[in-house]
Amino acid sequence: MSKKTIIPIGPYHPLQEEPELFKLYCDGEIVKDIKWETGYNHRSIEKLSESKTYDQVFFLVERICGICSTSHPFAFANAVEEIGNIEITDRAKYIRSIIGELERIHSHLLWVGLAGHFLGYNTVFMWAWKYREPVLDLFEMITGNRNSYAMFKVGGVRRDIENVKISIIRKTLSDIRKKTDLLAGAVMDDPVIHARTKGVGILTRQDVIDYAAVGPTARASGVAIDVRKDDPYAAYPLVNWKVITAQAGDVFAKAEVRLLEMYESISIIEQCLNGLEKVKEGEITVKVKEIPEGIGTGRAEAPRGEVFHFVVSDGSNSPARHKIRAPSYVNIATFKKSCIGQTIADATISLAAVDPCYCCTERMAVAYDINSGKRIMNANELIDCSIMRTAEMKKNLINN
Amino acid sequence: MQGARYKTKERGTRNEKRETRNIDTMVIIEKLKENFSSDILEIVTKNEKRIIVTIKPDSIINIAEYLYKTAGLRFIIASALHTKKGFEIHYHFSMDSTGLVLNIHVILDKENPQIESLSNMFNASNWIEREMHELFGINFLNHPNQEKLISDGNWAEGVYPYRKEFK
Repeated sequence: MSKKTIIPIGPYHPLQEEPELFKLYCDGEIVKDIKWETGYNHRSIEKLSESKTYDQVFFLVERICGICSTSHPFAFANAVEEIGNIEITDRAKYIRSIIGELERIHSHLLWVGLAGHFLGYNTVFMWAWKYREPVLDLFEMITGNRNSYAMFKVGGVRRDIENVKISIIRKTLSDIRKKTDLLAGAVMDDPVIHARTKGVGILTRQDVIDYAAVGPTARASGVAIDVRKDDPYAAYPLVNWKVITAQAGDVFAKAEVRLLEMYESISIIEQCLNGLEKVKEGEITVKVKEIPEGIGTGRAEAPRGEVFHFVVSDGSNSPARHKIRAPSYVNIATFKKSCIGQTIADATISLAAVDPCYCCTERMAVAYDINSGKRIMNANELIDCSIMRTAEMKKNLINN
Repeated sequence: MQGARYKTKERGTRNEKRETRNIDTMVIIEKLKENFSSDILEIVTKNEKRIIVTIKPDSIINIAEYLYKTAGLRFIIASALHTKKGFEIHYHFSMDSTGLVLNIHVILDKENPQIESLSNMFNASNWIEREMHELFGINFLNHPNQEKLISDGNWAEGVYPYRKEFK
């Protein structure tokens, strides 16, 4: 008779930015099953949205998630503009895409930093977060806020990017590109990171299709889906860029996809800035009279994957029903595939590789003894476990 | 310096090839009409990328199976609505090669809303069906594990917060 142990991760855990409880059922060191409890942060935004006007909903959905705070307004704007058949100006399209891509860069840098931390590479953590600062400074310059930018509205954007600011943005972007080179080199060429992340937390192509995973989680398993390409919106059809995919489906592939995507994002922004220079300053909104009755589906590619908004309008000034599907909602469910059969030390990084965002999904991890129900490990100990494993591998590599 | 080394090696996969599936947007609608003519109640084409197909609730399994297995569509999510007609569910399917969002729309009974679960076919619908059961009180038949997802048993039984009251 083997003795099973439950390892809880969460509800409050440094591995996660937000509350959620994962229970890892372990036999010795191997994870046998995983269960989760969600709802620690349920704010019922879908219901709240029905009591707000279309202009107010933007501020509400922006607060679903602090890291990807522009992707929800983006998808909502797409949905409402679909109901009202509203075509926005080219300048607004470029500005929307610029904000969307800057957000992707800062979100991916944040993830690289956290992943480094879980592996015991605190230098990577410090670097990544340091390089993320200039991006946030750009946001402050463009929108007035480092986060929750309040840039979107039905029919366009609220603030213009004046042409005088373009050269400053270009300069910061070229700095970020250099820093990304440095970071990508440091992460991708490190033999310990290779040993630690390759073949860990594999998600096969079939798993991705079964769980309908999206974003970098799907693209790392060779499923080339990206809403920006498949169902183009804003300025994405106007610029040249590539969908980054990898085949392995492990933690390393996910890191690779994210790092390479940052280059694409930088390139998209640069092309959008070229576009901005060609269109007239100030033309950022179109006049919107009223939103007719009907239904609209809006999609946007957030840093973590596809955000989906479904809006039903009854002709009044607020949505009759507003359904929101954040990417983590489908991606987190894939833990059932990626974590089972792994050791506890690998489970933490497999969980983190999805870049789970709980505010979006609204849902944690700890170790309990399955027989006695006693807690045997907490979150910090889990991360220590992961860090120790990296240190051990490092030692072995050096000795060999 | 390490970065430069990385770039020249071109280790990353920059793959631009898109998957091409044989079935395109209009073909799939024709096929649906052909195979499930007696189950389809209405087809509304808003534009080539947004199509709403209203079907009889009994046929959801067959149609979803056709879309998922034969046509290779991805299940995005399902949205439940409470309207004067009763309970409505929009199952959103995405055809990633063409950008099509196909809404399969069903209208369920006012008093006793229930429909077959899709979770035995693909795991993607597992959570959302539990959520709809919790918030709207729609019963999903043969669901592998229809427990509460959000409230973890903290809410009163038989109270469905997303239901509306109509006069």
